[in-house]
Amino acid sequence: MIAFLKRFFSGWFKRRDNLKIGFYGPPNAGKTSLANLISQDWTGESVGIVSEVPHETRQIQFKEKVEVEHKGKKLVFKIVDTPGIATKIDYEDFLRFGLKRGEAKRRAKEATQGIIESIKWLDDMDAVIVVMDASENPYSQVNLTIVGNLVARKIPVLLVANKIDLKNASVKKIESAFPDYDVVGISVKKRINIDELYEALFRLAKKV
Amino acid sequence: MTMKHKEAKIKGVNLHIIPFSEIRELSISDRIKKILHLVLGNKVLIIQGRLRPEEEIRLIEDTMAMVDHVKTFKGIELAVIEPDLGDETFMMKVRKGIAKTLVGHHNALTIIGPASIVKEIKKDPKKLEVLLG
Repeated sequence: MIAFLKRFFSGWFKRRDNLKIGFYGPPNAGKTSLANLISQDWTGESVGIVSEVPHETRQIQFKEKVEVEHKGKKLVFKIVDTPGIATKIDYEDFLRFGLKRGEAKRRAKEATQGIIESIKWLDDMDAVIVVMDASENPYSQVNLTIVGNLVARKIPVLLVANKIDLKNASVKKIESAFPDYDVVGISVKKRINIDELYEALFRLAKKV
Repeated sequence: MTMKHKEAKIKGVNLHIIPFSEIRELSISDRIKKILHLVLGNKVLIIQGRLRPEEEIRLIEDTMAMVDHVKTFKGIELAVIEPDLGDETFMMKVRKGIAKTLVGHHNALTIIGPASIVKEIKKDPKKLEVLLG
């Protein structure tokens, strides 16, 4: 109830050019890669470091005043790139990426704190882009829990199915798992469907 | 529907069945506390009903806090089996889920286990596979 009132009243004073758009999703779906792509396109700067080692992003990262112009429309927003949400963290998983034991343990500890931080920030978002790996099963509980919480909080959501360049990727699977939502299939790595992404970004901002 | 509190061991796995009546009166904090207490005791839980989205996210949050503090705890695996809701969309299911939670009628089942025991829960719309480690 408090969260609802907070959103209701903040909506009165919110300027449409000062939106906070969160990038949420499971680890390694490409949240920071997508945030970097958008930020580099419009500010020339990156948001964060990307890596094949899961939980590279362990703290919330921001890029203020990203001004996107697309087909005569303009949108200014703040990118809020969040650590990937997971239900388990095992430091031994990092060892196979060549990390030393101490480094892996430190990464695991920071990753758990990052997940807590991501969850705490949910209420502050005006809109959220949920980034999923199109080559993975979309029915994972983390995806369902994130989207379920956005529905419960009445936060507009855009689903981005990333990595469509991979052989086993399926945007259709994500669309059938979440038929109520705008789903855009893209590849950040190969810059596929980025125009459609920007179109969808404007549709998302309109819902706020 | 009434379910009696049951425990069963299948090949060394300790299954713990929780009827909804056992958690109905509990606050969110107490429900999560109870779930985590049992999971930390290496039990795989089958809960009658499903948690609300805000309870699921709180469970993940508190799980991470426990991973941070309990040396051998690596987290949880979590999945919800929904009844056949026909052509209902995800949003309708979520809304219905919220409404059902408020009135206390549950047809869904929630499986929660320690990640050290439940290696993976594979889920698609028609089946659910629980892989034990």
